[in-house]
Amino acid sequence: MALTDIYKFFRTLEDEHIILSFKGDFSSELLNAFLHLMEAKMNELNIGTQQRKRVLNVLIESLQNLYHHIESNNEVEIVKMKETALVLIKYYNEIFTIQTGNYIDKSSLPDLKDKLNEVNSLNTEELRGLYKMKLENNSRSEKGTAGLGLIDIARKSKNKLDYHFIDVDNESSFFCLKVIVE
Amino acid sequence: MRKMNIDGSSKTPRINFDGEAGVLELYGRSIPENSVEFFEPLNEWLVEYSHDAKEETVIDMKLEYFNTSSSKCILDFFKKLESMNGAVTNVKVNWYYETDDEDMAEAGEDYEAIVDLPFKLIEVEEI
Repeated sequence: MALTDIYKFFRTLEDEHIILSFKGDFSSELLNAFLHLMEAKMNELNIGTQQRKRVLNVLIESLQNLYHHIESNNEVEIVKMKETALVLIKYYNEIFTIQTGNYIDKSSLPDLKDKLNEVNSLNTEELRGLYKMKLENNSRSEKGTAGLGLIDIARKSKNKLDYHFIDVDNESSFFCLKVIVE
Repeated sequence: MRKMNIDGSSKTPRINFDGEAGVLELYGRSIPENSVEFFEPLNEWLVEYSHDAKEETVIDMKLEYFNTSSSKCILDFFKKLESMNGAVTNVKVNWYYETDDEDMAEAGEDYEAIVDLPFKLIEVEEI
């Protein structure tokens, strides 16, 4: 990147109303620090209780899912994936837009697509029902996740989840997710 | 019966378990990556408590917010309490939620629907 491109980069973030962004390794400690920053930002902006909590919940679920995913892969992939996770938070017209981008293993793509399509096909009450059903019946992984992450994100968003997969190579795709919190 | 006090952190709730009074309080946020590990001592303590439980056990859930990993552990915790309820002690759950936080109120209602324990949803200004 040429030195003058920094201005272009800056302008893009500015014009897109990005209030916080990070690219890198979302370790547990970093997620902590990131949430602190976001809380401070929302305090400055005088965000109400419900919207503040929903934003934090969406961030936690999307970034912890990423964290779990990173951990489950082999070391070579860990390096690649940790380096390339990106999160952008936009605040405009009192609406937050949380956008994340990260590499995923192609093998997990069909399952992820199914889950995304499922939550997008349901209304508020149906999402609540699905969450309750999975909470009650699903066994969980060792770390305690029970496939509730995306359902929770959809519930907190109250909007359809916007997503896109970009083909990278034989093993991986880049997963882009956009979540609106009103 | 000993007391159990665990300080809260930026990711985990404060826990005060007073075996003498039969009161357990969870306070703050619960967003650890590994919730199973965090909730383990709580469940162990509950087993110990069940050998010498008070007639009434009050559970004060004062959670600001929690992640989905915790939600499963909270359910397991309630299930343990459910198995004790009526047999070794009478359990009462107070589920606190902040005014305007309909998500937390709904979460309380959902747990109430899943587990057979008396729930009281309590609205407060701030947790």
